[in-house]
Amino acid sequence: MTESEIEAKVIDIVCKQMGADGAEVSRETRFDEDLKADSLDQVELMMDFEDAFNTSISDEDAEQIKTVGNAIEFISKNNGSAG
Amino acid sequence: MPDSSTTRLVITGVGTVTNIGPDAASTWESMREGRSGISKIEGVEFDRFGQHTWRVGIAGQIKGWDPCEQGGFDRRDLRRFDRCTMLGLSAAAQAVADSGIDFEREDPDRCGVIVGSGIGGIGTIEEMLMVLIERGPDRISPHTVPRLMVNATAGNVSIRYGLRGPSSAHATACASSGHAFGDAMNYLRKGEADVMIVGGCEAAVTPLCIGAFSTMRALSSRNDDPERASRPFDKLRDGFVLAEGAGFFVVETLEHARARGATIYAELMGYGNSSDAAHITAPDEQGRGASSSMKKAMADGGLNLEDIAYINAHGTSTPIGDDAEVAAVISVFGDHARKSAGGKLLMSSTKSMHGHALGASGAIEMLACVNAVRTGVIPPTINLDHPEEGFDIDLVPHEARERPVRYAMNNTFGFGGHNVTLIVGRYTD
Repeated sequence: MTESEIEAKVIDIVCKQMGADGAEVSRETRFDEDLKADSLDQVELMMDFEDAFNTSISDEDAEQIKTVGNAIEFISKNNGSAG
Repeated sequence: MPDSSTTRLVITGVGTVTNIGPDAASTWESMREGRSGISKIEGVEFDRFGQHTWRVGIAGQIKGWDPCEQGGFDRRDLRRFDRCTMLGLSAAAQAVADSGIDFEREDPDRCGVIVGSGIGGIGTIEEMLMVLIERGPDRISPHTVPRLMVNATAGNVSIRYGLRGPSSAHATACASSGHAFGDAMNYLRKGEADVMIVGGCEAAVTPLCIGAFSTMRALSSRNDDPERASRPFDKLRDGFVLAEGAGFFVVETLEHARARGATIYAELMGYGNSSDAAHITAPDEQGRGASSSMKKAMADGGLNLEDIAYINAHGTSTPIGDDAEVAAVISVFGDHARKSAGGKLLMSSTKSMHGHALGASGAIEMLACVNAVRTGVIPPTINLDHPEEGFDIDLVPHEARERPVRYAMNNTFGFGGHNVTLIVGRYTD
């Protein structure tokens, strides 16, 4: 999967879960301040990324994923198994 | 200090979401017209178990009510709220809009919310149990606990409207919203609040609940004739019909309602509660607990039994429950209730139309009582083709009746032996 494919899929997941408009979500979008995701929403987002990309995100890694861009970068680096 | 014996309480906003109407106006119209909301059960959560034989295949599901389309919720809300809470928040929003109250102009510490729900977010519990079994503990939604907890709706209503006064939840089975009203009345009378949002919500038409009530033999299995299945007081009744729904009200002190120029629908007069202390599900055959709650409610409102013109019965359509309630009403009201003695009392069960929404039933039926005193229309007991012999009360069969009602009584009795009676009156200065 290319990084732009990953980006599109991440944005799609974020929009579906947070009820956001795709046009307003970019790599710079912050989960907490921009999307008002609380701690439970953020846990659920990580679970959705894990499912969609067949990857595993530890709590320590999740703490570093604060923006859509962070998520795309993490998944690109750890996306070996998802093809 | 306000004098609790003279603090008058009024209802200034109503909202319901039921299987006979998406709002209070349409629900009341259906009650007047005697329309049934009972239908064959549908849903993917049931299809999953389609290989099994379901003894009961009918319920009072609210079809055509999409949380997003009709309820105004977004996709994020669908992950955060159980259906029970979405029905409740939707009914509460109607009641708040109807009352015209602007909570931003109120003292938040003097506004609160009490909600009754018998079971709470059971749909979430069942959904997440399947996730646990099929995908393991790490896939359980982090929103599971705040969705399933029985106080979720009370908490979310307080958050949505910024209510910082008393907030709580009652879980006394089918008496839950009755207790919610009583609790709110106490806070208002004691002077601890000016305005309370009060309601009940239930969304328990789920595989586990249908299956469990079914094996108790509590439910009607008239699967081939859903609209005729809920038939309180009829000889051919064979159990209740499980329903979902919500009813919410804005209740405030008369002084507060007058000060803000609110439209007053009815006065909340009396609250009585009691316990059977007998069996966990079966009512006392003589209806002693029910008699006690009715007497206490009249005493609380300073009313005599002849003052009561209409009772919205608990009347679930179970053989023993209806027997006990009729026995209790006759023991309390005597000749005022006895049709053979020319008694003037009318009693109907609107569950004949909308089924039994458990903890929300008392709140949904409060709509019938409020409109009975406001409009002088008494909704019928539909399907009452062959009244049980010995039920010597005018049970308003088939069609609504027009008659002025000064005071109406609302009975709710729950598993656990909890009994609550509320009385509303026509508002006059």
